Amino acid sequence: MDQNIQEYIKKEISETEVILFMKGTPVFPQCGFSSTVVQILSQIGLKFKSIDVLSDNEIRQGIKEFSDWPTIPQLYIKGEFVGGCDILTEMFQSGELNSFVESKGIELQKPST
Amino acid sequence: MAMSAEEIESLIKESIPDAKVKIEALKDDGDHFSAIVISKKFQNISKVKQHQMVYKALKGRMGEQLHALALKTSSEF
Repeated sequence: MDQNIQEYIKKEISETEVILFMKGTPVFPQCGFSSTVVQILSQIGLKFKSIDVLSDNEIRQGIKEFSDWPTIPQLYIKGEFVGGCDILTEMFQSGELNSFVESKGIELQKPST
Repeated sequence: MAMSAEEIESLIKESIPDAKVKIEALKDDGDHFSAIVISKKFQNISKVKQHQMVYKALKGRMGEQLHALALKTSSEF
């Protein structure tokens, strides 16, 4: 396990309230699962930082080791691994994602009507 | 090297013997499946941990031979 990659990942996750490791970028997602999670986060009005794992293969492998989770995307809120596409979709559909985010003291941006 | 639904099911049952497993191919390319896994072992553990148990049962194939597994887990039969 490459130590400085793990340090970099740990630092990003601990210093960023909401961070999504994804394939591509929110504007140009490169995978359906990553794109689904981006849509969920923008729909509930949750601001997030994204990291494109396709731009650095060390991050792409490192994040899987960090979380012991074999796939991308991966969402972290206040340092906690929340899940990948399946779990976030389930949480979004049940409304659990909103309550989880609010329980972490994070404000959701109401959509501009 | 793709996988078959039967292979996925038997791997899961090997590690989670009481599991009820339903696998469907999302595409016919052998690496996009959906799976519903129900087991008493999932009681009182987080969704993340439940999914990690299933990924461990697949012994490293998840994200490798198996590109996509739309997974739903539950502890109630």
